[in-house]
Parts: sequence; structure tokens; C-alpha cells
Amino acid sequence: MNFFIAAIAWLFDPAHYTGAGSIPSRLLEHLGFTLVTLVFASVIAIPAGYYIGHTGRGRRVAILLSGGLRALPTLGLLTLVGLWVGIGLEAPYVALTILAIPPILAGAYTGFEAIDRATIDAATAMGMSGGQVVRKVEMPLGLPLLIGGLRSATLQVVATATLAAYIADVGLGRPVFEGLKTNNYDEMLAGSILVILLALVLEGIFALATRLALRVVPTASGLQPDLTR
Amino acid sequence: MIEFRHVTKRFPGGTVAVEDFSLVLPSRKTTVFAGSSGSGKTTLLRMINRMVDPTEGSIEIDGVDVATVDPVKLRRSIGYVMQSSGLLPHRTVVDNVATVPLLRRVPRRQARTDALALLDTVGLDRALADRYPSQLSGGQQQRVGVARGLAVDPNILLMDEPFGAVDPIVRSELQQELLRLKRELHKTIVFVTHDVEEAFLLGDQVVILREGGRVAQVGSPAEILARPADDFVARFVGADRGRRALHVVTQDGAELLMDSEGRVAGVLGHGKPGTGEQPR
Repeated sequence: MNFFIAAIAWLFDPAHYTGAGSIPSRLLEHLGFTLVTLVFASVIAIPAGYYIGHTGRGRRVAILLSGGLRALPTLGLLTLVGLWVGIGLEAPYVALTILAIPPILAGAYTGFEAIDRATIDAATAMGMSGGQVVRKVEMPLGLPLLIGGLRSATLQVVATATLAAYIADVGLGRPVFEGLKTNNYDEMLAGSILVILLALVLEGIFALATRLALRVVPTASGLQPDLTR
Repeated sequence: MIEFRHVTKRFPGGTVAVEDFSLVLPSRKTTVFAGSSGSGKTTLLRMINRMVDPTEGSIEIDGVDVATVDPVKLRRSIGYVMQSSGLLPHRTVVDNVATVPLLRRVPRRQARTDALALLDTVGLDRALADRYPSQLSGGQQQRVGVARGLAVDPNILLMDEPFGAVDPIVRSELQQELLRLKRELHKTIVFVTHDVEEAFLLGDQVVILREGGRVAQVGSPAEILARPADDFVARFVGADRGRRALHVVTQDGAELLMDSEGRVAGVLGHGKPGTGEQPR
């Protein structure tokens, strides 16, 4: 229990709220790093997932690939890319983008696949072009599952982004690694608590977003993407 | 006028859905394709708006081969109503009806006004306009589907078992409603059903199909009933079992029409009161 009290004391120490490596700046770094990673992953995974969901092509490859990517140990990947490109932010960005792609990809294509075929058939028969079917039917109806995919990607990235501090001076992993190195367990625990709180706050935001999306799309009933496929 | 010329459709895998099918569907009349599953009736319907392209042969609308028309443009000029209403679940009733006009760049306000008027046409309360499809009954959803099919005021309306999934009472209401629309709007309607009663009720021209889209008989309901072309047609329309052969039975002083299975089909009239038991 003493550790916890000491960690909380560390968190409320005014000295840790100013200067380089202060708690607010670490939080912002962590958040920024997570966001940029998610943007990278989304730019790759959402168009690819939409393509797979709309055409039905490449599904098998996507499943194999995302299964394989998910099996990669992130720390190992980070070290490997770090050895290749050197110390800095590049390696964590690469490693965590790879971590974030599978859930987003799955969310994007299962979102399309979960739509009633009759709805899409009717939209085509009425005279929607392929692009209009994607934009006006598949994208809005697939939204709840895509948000589900983004949600699980965000949680994985925000938690694993701690590892970025392993080879770069960034994020809430810093106090954790620093504390570990200097036997300062108060600082280490305080860092973990901050990561956990951040993850919970983001989860709350996504829960709200899912609700909103379900209000816009009344048919999808709180489906979560099936990440085991 | 829609004309099928020696149309054959083979699906990948070798299934022949339609084989050498030729037929003229007259303008402003209702043609019904009737047949059981596997008779190719839906495939025939979907070839008219190029949802399916024939392997051989051609389909012409007023002399223009549909294969030469851009499919998206073609479909926007033809109304389409399907069994499961196929409404967009994330759009309100009025937005569903206005979908195609909006695709054709009709101004928003105009499209909405027209869509509301169409709800009247199909007998739906305007109060339902801003509801979502999931908040409507099956019969109401089908009416929205019909309104959507009529939204661009097409000359041709394709209907693929539109009343197949609703209960018998609603079904009969919707059929009567369609008969009224037929009289008022004078569209060329192509209707697909497996229900021969429905075919005879709605069709000016009825096409009885066997497996593989082969025509068993074409004619008006009266012609087909009076002279079934062969045993297959006779069986399909129920003439062979004498289902339509009626005889009169006097019971409780009333003259009842009975079918061959002893079910009451109707009442001809009451006999003199006082003879036998009193009619209840």
C-alpha cells in the first residue's frame, strides 16, 4: 500500500508539473503519439478494409496477414526496427502502426460484410453507382463496427505506447523506464497509473461515440467486430 | 414495350436459369411471370434493368437494346420493388422515397414535396414520413418500397415478389392497392410471383414458367384457365385437381358453392324461409 500512497504523492508533487518531462507534457506526448499512430494505421487499414468489404476480394489475405501481424511481439518488433533505423520516434511509430492495423482493418471490412445483402442489392437496382453504394450505404451502415475496431486499436496503442520510451524520449513510458532504472518505484507506479487513467478516459470517449453512431444507424445493434477471425 | 429476343442466361457453374426465351411485354399492361423457384422468373425480371446480363440474346425497351444503355442510367429510369423492402435503414421514410430523385439532382425541397405526395399515392399517412423503416410494420415498409419505385415516375415498374413476405390480410390489401395504382397510373408493370392466384388477380398477361425459364403458356388469366396448354399448366393453376370446379350444395335452405374438397367457396342465395331449418 505504501507504494501506492508514495506514487499518488509523486503524482501530486507540484515539482512534476513544470519543466521538461513534466506530467502534462508527458501526457500530451503520449496522446499525440497515440493519435498519430492511429492516423497512420487508419490511412492504410480503412481504405484496404473498405475495398475488401465492398468487393469481397482479398479477404483471405487480410485475415492471414492481420493474424500474422497480431502474433508479432511488439517489443521484439520495436527492437528490430530500432536496430535498423536507429534511436528515435521512427521505430515506435512503425511498430505500433503495425499493431494497430489488424483491428481497424477487421472493423472496416466486417462493417461492410454485416450489412444485409438485400439493402445493397436494392440500392444498386435503384441506380446507385458502385461509389454511391460505398458512400451512401456501406460507409454509414458500417460505421458502428469501424468505431469498434478503432476502439480496440486505440486501447492497444495507448497501452503499448509506453514501450516507445524504450528507445525514444517520449510519453508516459518515460517515468516507468526511468523509475525502473533508478529504483524509483514511486515514479514507475505513477507512470503506470497515468497510462491506465488515459486508457480509461479514451475508452469512455469511444463508448460515447459508439452510442452516437448506433443512434445514426439504428439497425446495427451494438455489434463488436469479431477479432478472432 | 419490352421485348425479349432469344434470351439465354447461363450462370458460372453451368446452371441455366433461362433458355431461349422470347416474349413481348405490351406497354401499359401488367405482365406476370409465375413459376416455382428455379423457373428463372426473377432472373428474367432482373435482366430488364441489367442487374443480370443475358449470356445470349437481347432485351429491348421501345426498340432500344438495354445492353447499349449505361446500367446506372437505365436503373434510374425504371422502378424496382423487391420482396424484403430493401429500404435504407439509416434513412427516414421520406428520404428513402426521395433517394433516386436526389441521385438525379432534383432539388432537395422539391424531392421531399414529391415524396410526401407519393406517400398519399400508396396510402401511407404522412405522419410516418420522418420515421425509420425499422419503426414500420411489414405492410407499411412494402408501401414505402412501392412509393420509392414510383419516385422517378418511371414508365416501367419491376416488382419481384413484392407481397411475398407479408401476412395474407395485408397481402390482399396491397394487391387491391396495386390494382388501383394500375388503373390510375397506367405503368408497364412486370410482376414476379410464385402464387398463381396473385398472378391471375394482377396480370393482364400471365406467363407460366417451367424450370429453366421455359415458357409453359402465355395468355390472359381467362385463356389459361379455360385452356391450360398441358398437364404442367393444369397442375400449376390447380385445374387438374378440380380445385376450381365448383358444385352447388343446398344446406339449411341456402345454396352454397363448394369446391372439390368440400370447402365453401361462396353463397349463391337463400332458399325460401320456412323450408328445412332456419338459416342462422
